[in-house]
Amino acid sequence: MKELPNPDEFLSKIDHKPSPTGWMDTPVEIRRGIACHAAKPDRLEYVGFPNPRDWSCFDEDWQLPENWQEILHKGFKERLDRFRSVKIFMDICVRCGACADKCHFFIGSGDPKNMPVVRAELLRSVYRNDFTTAGKILGLFGKKAKKAYGARELTLDVLKEWWYYFFQCTECRRCSVFCPYGIDTAEITIFGRELLNLIGLNIDWVAAPVAFCYRTGNHLGIQPHAYKDMMDFFTDEIEEVCGIRVKPHFMKKKADILFITPSGDVFADPGTFTCMGYMMLFHFLQEKYGLEITWSTYASEGGNFGFFTSHEMMKRLNAKMYAEAKRLGVKWILGGECGHMWRVVHQYMDTMNGPADFLEEPVNPITGTKFENARSTKMVHICEFVADLIKHGKLDLDPSRNDHLKVTFHDSCNPARGMGLLEEPRYVIKNVCNHFYEMPANTIREQTFCCGSGAGLNAGENMELRMQGALPRLNAVKYVHEKHGVNMLSCVCAIDRAAFPTALEYWLPEVDNCGVHELVANALILPGEKKRTVDLRNEPLPGMEDEDDE
Amino acid sequence: MNISYMYSLIAVIVLFLLAYVGAMLPGGEVFFGIIIPYLALIIFILGFINRIIDWARSPVPFRIPTTCGQEKSLPWIKPNSIDNPTTTGGVIIRMFLEVVFFRSLFRNTKMALKEGDKLSYEWEKWLWLFSLAFHWTFFVVLFRHLRFFTEPVPALVEVVAKLDGFLQIGLPELRISGVVLLGALIFLFLRRIYIPQMRFISLASDYFPLFLIIGIAFTGILMRYFTKVDIVGVKEFTMSLATFKPHITQGIGSIFYVHLFFVSVLLAYFPFSKLMHLGGIFMSPTRNMVNNNRFKRHINPWNYPVEVHTYEQYEDEFREKMVGVGLPVVKPLAAKTPEEAKEPEEKE
Repeated sequence: MKELPNPDEFLSKIDHKPSPTGWMDTPVEIRRGIACHAAKPDRLEYVGFPNPRDWSCFDEDWQLPENWQEILHKGFKERLDRFRSVKIFMDICVRCGACADKCHFFIGSGDPKNMPVVRAELLRSVYRNDFTTAGKILGLFGKKAKKAYGARELTLDVLKEWWYYFFQCTECRRCSVFCPYGIDTAEITIFGRELLNLIGLNIDWVAAPVAFCYRTGNHLGIQPHAYKDMMDFFTDEIEEVCGIRVKPHFMKKKADILFITPSGDVFADPGTFTCMGYMMLFHFLQEKYGLEITWSTYASEGGNFGFFTSHEMMKRLNAKMYAEAKRLGVKWILGGECGHMWRVVHQYMDTMNGPADFLEEPVNPITGTKFENARSTKMVHICEFVADLIKHGKLDLDPSRNDHLKVTFHDSCNPARGMGLLEEPRYVIKNVCNHFYEMPANTIREQTFCCGSGAGLNAGENMELRMQGALPRLNAVKYVHEKHGVNMLSCVCAIDRAAFPTALEYWLPEVDNCGVHELVANALILPGEKKRTVDLRNEPLPGMEDEDDE
Repeated sequence: MNISYMYSLIAVIVLFLLAYVGAMLPGGEVFFGIIIPYLALIIFILGFINRIIDWARSPVPFRIPTTCGQEKSLPWIKPNSIDNPTTTGGVIIRMFLEVVFFRSLFRNTKMALKEGDKLSYEWEKWLWLFSLAFHWTFFVVLFRHLRFFTEPVPALVEVVAKLDGFLQIGLPELRISGVVLLGALIFLFLRRIYIPQMRFISLASDYFPLFLIIGIAFTGILMRYFTKVDIVGVKEFTMSLATFKPHITQGIGSIFYVHLFFVSVLLAYFPFSKLMHLGGIFMSPTRNMVNNNRFKRHINPWNYPVEVHTYEQYEDEFREKMVGVGLPVVKPLAAKTPEEAKEPEEKE
């Protein structure tokens, strides 16, 4: 991994002024620290993706199939016929530039090809050349005429540029909020990556989770016994904190609810504390109200890296959710904290793998609330569920146990801009914490900034890219840190929790990161628990330990 | 040197000369006054329809609105029914605000890195303001021009023209729309030239329509205020076009034909260019869709069955390990025979 300069130096190097030459005259230079490792062949083989081989983006020869241009041309055409979105987005952009400085990667890098408009132009230029009448006619007058029209042939350099920049987009949709026509770069990137997958151009940080998830049910490739071991470990940890031994259900038939959450939270801090939070919450609900919520190791992944490869792969991975709910005979599905998972669940799942007519319309059996907004998909977000419980006074909470934290909330891209889950997590946080501060308005809710590592870019070898992408978000956190002393960045996304610790360490080491349900569990009073002197992280609770000494 | 805008500028100058000189040649008035305008109109109408049909032929497989506000979820949380609409009515309001007032552009911010380490995002209203000014005045000018194609002139057209000239400066009185139109166009052009990022992304096809419409506004203003074109003669001619009994009125002057030619080029160019955003915005799936995803199923017409990894396949691979840690299994361990372990993969 390339050494990063210190943050001050990093900032001083950002130059938002592009070269005076047009973008088509600025050749692509694939850089270490930005690009990700190529997918290893066994990942592709496992799911039957084309052209598995050992290769690297720094090789001269990418070992493409001989007719790669033909494959891409055909693939492009087929997809234009399938997606009105991209077809329209190819035609109507006026290059007003409103999107330009909305992208976290452009803000953090200054690389002008990270302006969303240029990312789309990478595709559009080939579209104009191959699929428009004007492009074909102007082509007769030579390359210059074509270029004036913004058209160019799909050459190897163009392909490399595609690859480089479609893996510098986290599909966060922030630009689409500002676009006067709603042009959504996520659609462009999804389309572009789907094309690249046709000739075996994936990155390992996407392809490996896809293959793992297909086989073991989760991105990390955790096999069922290891999954159970991790949960046992959490059970011990929870017991240490509050003296209660929780008993999570696994694949329990006829349980009330199936719970699915990203596997990242089972595996790495600080997500693990959120996972413990879920376990404590479910224990509380079972003890107090007899509600049975089951986990599954088969459907042990909420996230869906298939979404970052192709629509088909997304569907193949997502199918497990309904399949497992059906097999177990639960009433409905509860989904944990995750960003892109909720985009897939909210905007794609029912269409792809529904109708879920074997499930019941979700009702909270404790409060009687009907989740009308989930009556077809039959999957409820845990923040919706918990907000409902709190509103009806069904949780016993002691928010003072979070008094050592000054909390801010990061809206994850997809729940914000692909769903609209804004108030629910805030309501939950405000009920379990006494100190909550919002970041500046232009950086939250629908204008929220990405963590910088979404859409499969959370690898190690592209650390410079990730720090670029995280800059706008963490700069806003820094603002509330300096103004209000915020020391905890909460979020509802497992990728955030995988990305932020590294990014915070670099940009803002004084602030820590947590999931909302870690905060919930800190405050949640379990029936018969011992007096808590530490939080879930085993860190002493100020004030509470002192009383013991007296 | 920026070839993108030079190309466009040269193209517009060539078009100017073509019509200016052409109209003076024998038969030129018929060519530039009758044949070209009718042809352009036909290209515009057919091209526009064709493009819309072409877009409409591709389905919208997934419901993908960009949500810009609170979702409708629990009854006590107030949803944002416009920016995150759950009803057709909400979408109509969202689209109306988008099309008529450029709501998304209104949100525009300008990012700056201040004091070396502080990112700021300030409200940037100029692009919104001048775009709105450009589109609205262009529309008003277009609407005013109905007086050349109607007899008697509808009262509304007269009223708009009157309002447009309310300053009552000069003779003929100054129409504000024309001046604002020209001013807004020049602003939109200058920002493409002076903002480095804009210069980087601008194509010839971004400058061309700007120059062309500047040309239209310029020749229009020239005729009204300076060359004082023979309005009665023009009206006689335009009415002949509108009633499909075209005949040339003598002595209107070449500038008029340039004006008409520019308009014709704009019409013919329209369906093949980014100007199609006029039609496209209505069909943009991120804006015109209802966010009722989880309560009403959306159908993908090309949804097809895919290969999945079933629970049975999963359990077959991991049964021993599952039993080892006490996870429930469907088939007990003893039932596992070598044949079953090698069972071919099921497809769904």
